Amino acid sequence: MSDLSYVRKEMQPELPPPTRTTGPIAWMRENLFSSPSNTIGTILALVFVAWIVPPLYSFLIGNAVFSDPEGLRGEACRFEGVGACWIFIQGRINFFIYGFFPFDEIWRINLMFAIGVVLLIPLLTPKAPFVRTAAVLFFLVYPFVAYWLMAGGTFLGVALRPVPTGQWGGLTLTLIISLIGIIVSMPLGILLALGRQSKLPIVKTFCVGFIELWRAVPLITVLFMASVMFPLFMPQGVNPDTLLRAIIGICLFQSAYMAEVVRGGLQAMPRGQFEAAYALGLSKVKTMGLVILPQALKHVIPGIVNNFIALFKDTSLVSIIGIFELLNTVRSAGSDANWSSPTHAVTGYIFAGFLFWAFCFAMSRYSIFMENRLHTGHKR
Amino acid sequence: MTDTTEKGVDSRRVQAKTSFINDPKFRAFFYQAALVIAVLGLFLWLWMNAATNLAAQGRATGFAFLGQSSGFNISFSLIPFDRTSSYLQVYFVGILNTLLVAAVGIVLATFLGFAVGIARLSKNVLIRALAAVYIEIIRNVPLLLQLIFWYFLSLNALPVVRESLALPGGIVANRRGVSFPQPIFDDRFIWVALVAVVALTVALVMRRRTLKQIETTGDRRSVWLPFFGVLIVPVVAAFFLTGTQVQFSFPELTGFNYTGGWTAPPELTALILGLVLYTAAFIAEIVRAGIQSVNYGQTEAAAALGLKDSDRLNLVIIPQAMRVIVPPLTSQYLNLTKNSSLGAAIGFPELVNVFVGTALNQSGRAIEIIGLTMLVYLTLSLVTSIFMNWYNARVALVER
Repeated sequence: MSDLSYVRKEMQPELPPPTRTTGPIAWMRENLFSSPSNTIGTILALVFVAWIVPPLYSFLIGNAVFSDPEGLRGEACRFEGVGACWIFIQGRINFFIYGFFPFDEIWRINLMFAIGVVLLIPLLTPKAPFVRTAAVLFFLVYPFVAYWLMAGGTFLGVALRPVPTGQWGGLTLTLIISLIGIIVSMPLGILLALGRQSKLPIVKTFCVGFIELWRAVPLITVLFMASVMFPLFMPQGVNPDTLLRAIIGICLFQSAYMAEVVRGGLQAMPRGQFEAAYALGLSKVKTMGLVILPQALKHVIPGIVNNFIALFKDTSLVSIIGIFELLNTVRSAGSDANWSSPTHAVTGYIFAGFLFWAFCFAMSRYSIFMENRLHTGHKR
Repeated sequence: MTDTTEKGVDSRRVQAKTSFINDPKFRAFFYQAALVIAVLGLFLWLWMNAATNLAAQGRATGFAFLGQSSGFNISFSLIPFDRTSSYLQVYFVGILNTLLVAAVGIVLATFLGFAVGIARLSKNVLIRALAAVYIEIIRNVPLLLQLIFWYFLSLNALPVVRESLALPGGIVANRRGVSFPQPIFDDRFIWVALVAVVALTVALVMRRRTLKQIETTGDRRSVWLPFFGVLIVPVVAAFFLTGTQVQFSFPELTGFNYTGGWTAPPELTALILGLVLYTAAFIAEIVRAGIQSVNYGQTEAAAALGLKDSDRLNLVIIPQAMRVIVPPLTSQYLNLTKNSSLGAAIGFPELVNVFVGTALNQSGRAIEIIGLTMLVYLTLSLVTSIFMNWYNARVALVER
C-alpha cells in the first residue's frame, strides 16, 4: 500500500540540449543536408559550380585584357590562353551605342535619351507629380522631337544636319524600334481585343483572322515579307525605307500578341462590372474606358510586360534583313581586321547579351513591383 | 392608372421615332459595312499595285515555277537532293529539316524544362538558386544572340578534326560537326518492327483495361510490369527468331575527315542546343507555376486519406498540375517550331533559309513563296490549337 504512489519519485534523465535552430550551421543543416538525397543534391550542385565557375572567372576576369595603353588593338589579345578581350568593347563602344551616326552629331542622340529619361521618370514612379503633363509630352510631343533630333531637318526654325536612317544603329536603334513597337502595339492590341469580344460577327471574324494569322507565323517571315513583298504592294515610286518597313512589320506582329493578352484580361472581368456600368447610364465607350479597361489591364500587367520583353528581344531579328541594331553592330565589328583576335568576337556577344539582359531584367523586376503595388484587394 | 399607361405608350412611341442614327441595328450594320468596304478596298488597292508592279518588271506569276529545277545544292537534307531537283523538293527539304529540329528540340526541351522546373522548387537552396540563375539569364537574352553564340563556339571552341573529342557511345565531336554511330538494319528487320507495333498496341489496350479495373474495383494490381512484358518479350523473340542482323556504322577517321555514322553539321547542333536551352527555361517556369497552382490542401487531403508518397504525386498532384501545364506547354512547342526559323541566321537549311532565302532570291516569286511558307506555319499552328482544344475539353474541370 505504502509503496504505491501516483507521483514519480526519481528524476527523469536530462535530455540533451536541442540542436541549433538558428545560425549558419542550423541553416545549412535545414537547407542543404536535411536528408540523404538533399545532401547528394548539394554535392552535385557544388561539383557543378566548381566545374563552371573557375573557367568563367579566368575567361571573364583572370586572363582578360582590360587595358591597351600602347594602342595595339587586336594584337593585345593575340596570345595563348587569352580571356575576354574587353579593350574591343572599349574601342568600339561608340559604334555599339550610336551605330554609324556622324560622330560630331552624337550629342543629338544623348539629348534625345536625356529628354526621354526625364519624361519617363514621372511616368514610371508611382504618385509622382506632373504625370499628366509628362504623359502628354511623352506620347504626343516627344516622338516628333526625337524624330527631329535623329533625322535632322528644320523644326521650329532650328536646322540640324540631316542623317539618313541607314546611318542609325546600335543600341540607339534597338531602343527606338522597341519603343515605337510598344507605343503602337498597345492601342492597336486593345482595339483588336475589343473587336474580338465584339458582338458584331464581321468585326469579330476580321479581328480573329488578323490575330491568328500574325500569331501563327514566325517574326522572321514577317520581316522578310516587309523587306521583299511590301515594295511590290506599294504604288510605283513609293518606296518606304527598310527601317520603316521593318517597324511596321514588328508593330503589326506585336499588336496581335498584345491583343491576346488584353483579351485574357477582358475575359476575367465579371459580368457584374458591365451591368453596374450600364445601370449607372454610362455609354459603351465610357463603360470600356472608365470601368472595364482600367481593371482588365491591371489584371494583365505581367502579360503586357512579358510582351514588351519579348518585343525588345525580337528587335534583334531585324539584323537578318540588314538593319544595324545592337546585335548586328557587334556582329559586324567582330569581322573588323584591326581587332582580329581569338576572343574579341565572343567578348562582343557577351557584352551585347549583357545589355539585352540588363534591360529585360529591369523590365521584369519593374513589372513585379507594379503588380504588387496595384494589387488592390484581389489578393487573398 | 390610365394616365401612366398612356404616358408609357407615349414614351415608347417617342422612342420609336428617334433618329435612325441611334438605332443599334443600323449602327451595327453601318460599322460592319464600313469595315468590309475598307478591307476590300485595301486589298483591291494592294492587288492593283502588285499587278502594275509585276507587269512593269515583266515578272511572271503562278506556281508553275515549283516544277523547275532549282540549280543549287543544300548542305543538309533528309531526302535525296541535288542541283537538278525542283523547287517543290526544296520546299519539302525545308519542311522536313524544320520538323526534324522541332521534333528533337521538343523532346529534349521537355526533359530539361521539367528537370529545371522541379529543381526550381527543390528544398535544396543551392539547386534552387542554380535553376533560378539559369532561367533568369536565358529568358532575358534574345534567342538569336544565343544561337549565334553557340554557333560561334561550335565552330571555334571544339577541337579540330584530328584532335576530335571522343564522347561515350562512339560519338565524335569536332568543328565539322557531331558524328553519331548509325545502326544499319537488314531486310528482316521489318518483321521485328511489325511485331513491335502490334505489341505496343496490345500493351496499351491492356494497360487501359487494367487502369479501368483498378478504378472500378479498387483492386490494386501492377500496371507497368505486364505492360513492358507484353511489349519486350515478343520483340526480343522476333529479333532472334528471324535472325535479324544489326550492324553499326561507327564514325572513323579516314584521311582528313570522319566517315561513317551520321553527322550532324555544327549549324544543326548549335540550333538544337540554343533552342533547347531557351525553350527549357520557359518550360521550367510553366512547370513551376503548374505545380505551385495545386493547392497545398490537396497534398494534405491525400496524406489524410493514407495515400503513399508516389500515389499522392501520381493520382492527386500531377493530374491537377498537368491541367495547368499542358496548354502553355503546347504553345511553347509551337514557339520552338517557329523559332527554328532563326536557323536561317546561322546557315542551317530549314524552311525559311532555303525557301524564303535562296529559292526566293533565285526565282523572284516573292508572293508565292512567302504564301507557301506561311501556309506551313499556319497549318502547324492550326494542328496545335486543335490538339489544345481537344485536351482542354478532356481535362476540363467537371464541377457539380
